[in-house]
Amino acid sequence: MEITSHGKWLQKITTALRKAARMWQVYVLLLPALLYVIIFNYVPMYGVQIAFKDYRVSKGIIGSEWVGLKHFIRFLTYPEFKTIMLNTMRISLKSLIWSFPLSVIFALLLNELDNLKFKKFVQMITYMPHFISTITVCGMVLLFFNRQYGVVNAIITGLGGERIDFLGKADYFDALYIGSGIWQGLGWGAIIYLSALAGVSSEMIEAAKIDGASRIQIIWYINIPTILPTIITMLILRCGHVLGVGFEKVYALQNPLNMEVSNVISVYTYQLGIGGGQFSYASAIGLFNTVINVTLLTIVNRISKKVSDISIV
Amino acid sequence: MKTKKTKMKRSRSNLIFDTVNMIIMLLVLVIMIYPIWFVLIASFSDPNAVSLGKVILWPEEFTLYSYINVFNADKIWTGYANTIFNTVLGTLWNLFLTIPCAYALSKKKLPGRGFIAMIFVITMYFGGGMIPTYLNIKNLHLLDNRMTLVVLGGLSVYNMIIVRTYFQSSVPQELFEAAIIDGATEFQQFFKVALPLSGPIVAVITLYYAVGRWNDYFTALLYLNDSKLMPLQMVLRDVLINNAALLNEIMMDPNASSEQITALAQQVYMAEGMKYAVIFIASLPMLVVYPFIQKYFVKGVMVGSLKG
Repeated sequence: MEITSHGKWLQKITTALRKAARMWQVYVLLLPALLYVIIFNYVPMYGVQIAFKDYRVSKGIIGSEWVGLKHFIRFLTYPEFKTIMLNTMRISLKSLIWSFPLSVIFALLLNELDNLKFKKFVQMITYMPHFISTITVCGMVLLFFNRQYGVVNAIITGLGGERIDFLGKADYFDALYIGSGIWQGLGWGAIIYLSALAGVSSEMIEAAKIDGASRIQIIWYINIPTILPTIITMLILRCGHVLGVGFEKVYALQNPLNMEVSNVISVYTYQLGIGGGQFSYASAIGLFNTVINVTLLTIVNRISKKVSDISIV
Repeated sequence: MKTKKTKMKRSRSNLIFDTVNMIIMLLVLVIMIYPIWFVLIASFSDPNAVSLGKVILWPEEFTLYSYINVFNADKIWTGYANTIFNTVLGTLWNLFLTIPCAYALSKKKLPGRGFIAMIFVITMYFGGGMIPTYLNIKNLHLLDNRMTLVVLGGLSVYNMIIVRTYFQSSVPQELFEAAIIDGATEFQQFFKVALPLSGPIVAVITLYYAVGRWNDYFTALLYLNDSKLMPLQMVLRDVLINNAALLNEIMMDPNASSEQITALAQQVYMAEGMKYAVIFIASLPMLVVYPFIQKYFVKGVMVGSLKG
């Protein structure tokens, strides 16, 4: 009885299995990468349970005791929690607000250059900082903005100004962080919009020109609407990283003097976990971070799908 | 008459637009080039002149002193050697994991394809996080191991999707059909048909991976302690961020004579000068290579954008 009711279903599975067996070599090609993500991505996902446990090295991940939401509650009630969250979001949103539109504007302006050789040259130069490592960029920031030896202060005093302690004052942290980010990412971030701009219909532009449209009008009414889907897609992707402020740069630029504004989730996790050995607590913070990021990404994606019919999944 | 007038008006506004645009572009160029130019001229200048703010546009009191110091610092060269080791072996490992997998997932007829692809894509958005990953690496005995930086970062799902898109859209499917008629196995289709045609995309992701590995310091920060294994970026971090000395310094002696104190002060300047030389030496390979490879990178960004 049961077999006949499931007959069709069973048949489907058998055909699929037979097909799979015939293609076994394709699975072999897939195997190394699959094993890799299982060992290096999925095993840690399984290990994330220590966020709900009191992890003891001697007892191992499975043997350690369950403690429920203890570590999450500890983090949420930690006096510094608010500061760390606000720092993370402030740095992230500020970088987004500054760097995101600048890359779009830069692409639009670059697209207006008639001299192709010059355009290529500008592109090549603006891609250059992208190939310099984060550490090097941070090293350059520290060198250039040094109060005593830095070239920026040399120029300021040369123009008759007072020396400014950029690195010693928390007020300048954001500007240095975001400014160096723009320097590194402006040209590279523009590539995707440039390629989208290549899809602008030249007939439409010709027609607009005949109608007497100005350059700015063409950019506003034709170019920007054409690349809008790309802009929105990139924006959604960026929203998935609102709490994912890059560890590397903050950690390199952080010092005791700017700690109050530069302490972000990823650095805090690192210092507690790797530095302090508080594995469970640090894992809980990490998990909290991931869940918020994924939630934000999903929400923004949904909204965008409803409003503009553009989504990433 | 009227059209002529509007035409003139338009060409005038065009001229204004082009001029303003040109000024903006030149400004951007200066902002992009000057920091690197400054590193270069500062590295060839006398460290004292740099710290006094005399170096602005050209090297002052030209000297190779900073470079000689850097060349004598073993730390830099150990770091260089480690980074080359990690980058070369690691990138090969990346290609070994990425390309066959991308090819397999480009086969639309593969049973379970959607599910397997999902297994990979999930890792782009969700992961165990820093600490569970660290514990996993520890359990695998990959802490302070020469192969750690080679093995880790083995697969970027983003790059894998780029390659998969390429196999789907740029390799003519008829070639596979013809190969099947000739009795080619799946392996033969991969090695004899797909792989020989994948040159451009292999170039793109090789470069993506290699640049990422060359510039990475986070992995070493987390998993390495042994100074003999440190890659270049960690050495740079010591020197540039933590102000570690490259060469042995004279220790500050409470009974130091005034000459010793002068010598010490001199060392501080020299250390600053050496930083510029270190930056230049560490970035040179990328700066030399990137103009030739940037078009491949650009291609990668574009192929990647197709996936959505």
